[in-house]
Amino acid sequence: MNGIWTKGNFRVAIEVKNIVKRFGAFAALDGVDLKAANGELLALLGPSGSGKTTLLRIIAGLDWPDAGEVSFDGENALAHGAGERHVGFVFQHYALFRHMTVFENVAFGLRVQPRAIRKDETGIRRRVKELLDLVQLDWLADRYPSQLSGGQRQRIALARALAIEPRILLLDEPFGALDAKVRKELRQWLRSLHQEINVTSIFVTHDQEEALEVANRVVVMDKGRIEQIGTPGDVYDNPATAFVHSFIGESIVLPVEVCDGCVRLGGRALNIAANGLASGPSKLFVRRHDMQVGPAGSGALEGAVRHVRTFGPIQRAEVALSGGESVIEIDAPRDRELKAGDIVGLQPRRYRIFAATE
Amino acid sequence: MSGSTGRRSTLPGFGLTMGLTLTWLSVIILIPLAGLFLKTLELSPDQFWDILSSRRTLNALKISFGLAFAAALVNLVMGTVIVWALVRYRFPGRRIFDAIVDIPFALPTAVAGIALTSLFAQKGWLGAPLAELGIKVAFTPTGIFIAMIFIGIPFVVRTVQPVLIDLDVEIEEAAASLGASRLNTVFRVILPSLIPALLTGFALAFARAVGEYGSVIFIAGNLPNVSEIAPLLIVIRLSEFRYADATAIAVVMLVASFLIIFAVNRIQRWAQMRIPAH
Repeated sequence: MNGIWTKGNFRVAIEVKNIVKRFGAFAALDGVDLKAANGELLALLGPSGSGKTTLLRIIAGLDWPDAGEVSFDGENALAHGAGERHVGFVFQHYALFRHMTVFENVAFGLRVQPRAIRKDETGIRRRVKELLDLVQLDWLADRYPSQLSGGQRQRIALARALAIEPRILLLDEPFGALDAKVRKELRQWLRSLHQEINVTSIFVTHDQEEALEVANRVVVMDKGRIEQIGTPGDVYDNPATAFVHSFIGESIVLPVEVCDGCVRLGGRALNIAANGLASGPSKLFVRRHDMQVGPAGSGALEGAVRHVRTFGPIQRAEVALSGGESVIEIDAPRDRELKAGDIVGLQPRRYRIFAATE
Repeated sequence: MSGSTGRRSTLPGFGLTMGLTLTWLSVIILIPLAGLFLKTLELSPDQFWDILSSRRTLNALKISFGLAFAAALVNLVMGTVIVWALVRYRFPGRRIFDAIVDIPFALPTAVAGIALTSLFAQKGWLGAPLAELGIKVAFTPTGIFIAMIFIGIPFVVRTVQPVLIDLDVEIEEAAASLGASRLNTVFRVILPSLIPALLTGFALAFARAVGEYGSVIFIAGNLPNVSEIAPLLIVIRLSEFRYADATAIAVVMLVASFLIIFAVNRIQRWAQMRIPAH
């Protein structure tokens, strides 16, 4: 624990039950259930408007749900306001106090504590120093927020949130406003920081790479609902819905027709199983690298290579499928010889089919 | 040759705008002010000193600056409360109240003066009940004070309003989630963020009140040494053809006003260095 928490174990489990939140006619959250085990680092991943930030704000006490429950370790959190929940919240645009030095920003949560439990000046100084050391910015203590870079502001915002020894740490798009290089550094830094302090944390992001790289578990949201909860490997390899498949990782999507266990594309039967899906219009999802390239006639699909680009360990080919208008991009290993004009057979090694109604 | 290319600016028009600016400011402000100073040179230093140290002049200056300062303080507090209500809450008639704030700007000052006088006169709507309490407003320094509050209030409201609107609500949410009470949030986070705007509003309200003439003279009573403001004394000296006397008082007012505005400006820059306007 590195001396950062003085009051023993602060790890708390979060449980959210059937949360509904409406803004006028728009349902920002439409019956959301979620559990975070203590010490977990959870990512809420989804496109903008999916309700992820609203959910985070409800857990923090900055917004109130129209229905549903939020509890921390079984205790009803909705009975308390934001200030009594001991939740550290890091805002997307940091929300640092511009008229205070970095030191005073971090000390704020300690200075406004009730007199009975407030530390004396020496105690506050010691604690702020510890936190600034933790975020490796002790040399900036006397600066003002306007004098810091984006990445530094982000880390100060985090130190400020940690000052109150939060039971839960919530981060809203923590890297959203930073440039690509700083983002990468901060991601790794956040993960190792979480390992060090081990406080139950939830962060919101629309960047799948960020979610998959940093979190223990990923919660994929769309239109106010949770689509899937799973480990990063899980949501990538076994997407539960068409939305998850297309949102996470790059996918080839083909409109197909399922009829009594067979799968047809443009009237032609494909040599793949429908996996028990009911008959009707459906969508076939295949990862680019899961499409095996063979000689003409060797696979379920056939097409003409239009264009090949190589980068890194793979080559990416644009293939116009015969018997349809679809043009797909596939990734093949470098040792496979491909050139424009080739007729190739394509066989999906792994694939998912979802009914097209969604 | 290299010099001329080096001097070429990406923003053309500097020469023209700078020339216009200097000419305009000279004609409108600098030359009249220089004339003011030149006029006082007709007086010997001793005469100049005699005029300024006369009891009547000193009292007039004291009344003008003292009451203007007090009125600006009242406006600072009340203006901030009004801005808070107008910006933060939605209530019926909010737009009307917002428009009412501008009335002291728009109203001819003489009209304001007459209105305030009849309101606070001993038989006026407000004057009568106050008289029963033994408080006399019209034709006393209190009347001057009230007129100065009246004309100063829009300056505070209109300078602080846009800054408060721009203040990010996230700042308050951050304070709340860190456990700050509402009172702590207001006094430790919101008000300090408004300081540069508050100072500007205060300075403008103060400067306006010091120079105010029209609305004050009706309600003041204009008793020398008691309720005679400096601008009125200048007018009196002018009507007595004592031009040099008038300009001597004017110069003192000018220098004092300038010093105060300069001081507030410094404080403002100091505050702005810490809180850059985003």
